[in-house]
Amino acid sequence: MAIAEQHTSSEAAQTSSDKSWHSIVLQILKRNEISLVPYVPDRVLTPLIKNLHADPFFTTFATAREEEAVGIVSGAWMGGRRAAVLMQTSGFATLANVLASLAVPYQIPLIMFVSERGTLGEFNYGQSLVCRTMRPVLDSLALEHHTITRLDELEFIADRSIKQAVTTQAPVALILNPLLTGGKTFDK
Amino acid sequence: MNVRNTKVMNRFDVTSRLIAKLKHEEAVIGGIGNTNFDLWAAGHRPQNFYMLGSMGLAFPIALGVALAQPDRRVFALEGDGSLLMQLGALSTIATLKPENLIMIVMDNGIYQITGAQPTPAAHVADIVAIAAGSGLANSAWAADEEDFERLIEEAMSASGPSLIAVRIDDKPGIGATRRDPVQIRERFMHGLGVREPL
Repeated sequence: MAIAEQHTSSEAAQTSSDKSWHSIVLQILKRNEISLVPYVPDRVLTPLIKNLHADPFFTTFATAREEEAVGIVSGAWMGGRRAAVLMQTSGFATLANVLASLAVPYQIPLIMFVSERGTLGEFNYGQSLVCRTMRPVLDSLALEHHTITRLDELEFIADRSIKQAVTTQAPVALILNPLLTGGKTFDK
Repeated sequence: MNVRNTKVMNRFDVTSRLIAKLKHEEAVIGGIGNTNFDLWAAGHRPQNFYMLGSMGLAFPIALGVALAQPDRRVFALEGDGSLLMQLGALSTIATLKPENLIMIVMDNGIYQITGAQPTPAAHVADIVAIAAGSGLANSAWAADEEDFERLIEEAMSASGPSLIAVRIDDKPGIGATRRDPVQIRERFMHGLGVREPL
């Protein structure tokens, strides 16, 4: 797990505190009884993924593709278990078909946490381009989405949005911006 | 390619044989197209879920149901073309080892519904070998209808996930699922005991 140790500087400063973005996300998941968390990993998400694995409340595992994870959480919801998917921006870009043919028409409260790459210091041109497709895709399906930039707003936005997704039976994308997470930078 | 010793069966017949064996409100996820048309035609059950898109996600959806309800057996019916879209899901399932998940692959080597074009795997790949290589040790071809029924029986008391591949003919599905996704999902949730009707 060497990769788990390679935090960005802002993550390193937050890891020891209960108020790190990832510990807040973990607590929000728990409070909302979201116990199943499939993911396709991302460097920024690493401390969250590591802590989910360490907590027996969660069943968390990697999938080969993001749409596979969406299928899994959709099945889990129908079976009475709450779940959420973790992914990176480029992974979200693979989801238009499953959003339009499963999550939206079947009214599944699909909860997505998207680690945002491609902005605020991106060093890979392809990542910056694919990032620009994310919000137009979300908007084209009129999906609820929030870009979270501030630690003091994270809990309010994420907790309320999860509750809204469940009660309105509609997907939600919670976009974790580099202003919140520190993002991934060239020197890493 | 090695010579097949498996009988070419029929999707609707095999699906009907499966449904006849279900006595404990087992969940059944039908993949897109002919697979769920024949599931529908075999007789609607509240524990059936019919996909209207998202080609390749029958096994992942079934995995989610299986993880949510570990005491219920969950079947997934998928076509070979659909499975090729999401082969990685086999390894995910092999890693999680849900003992209540049974995967059935209807393999005719073609995209029947789009005009019977051969899949890229048709003449070169073996679905059961792919599944076994993905970590699903309990994977087998059904030799004929009787063998299919035997494999289903075995899978129902297996201690790990099972995959049963069936070589089928090129016939289209014989029914047509009512394309009402909200009602399909809601009825399925009632069938699984997750919700009560209003």
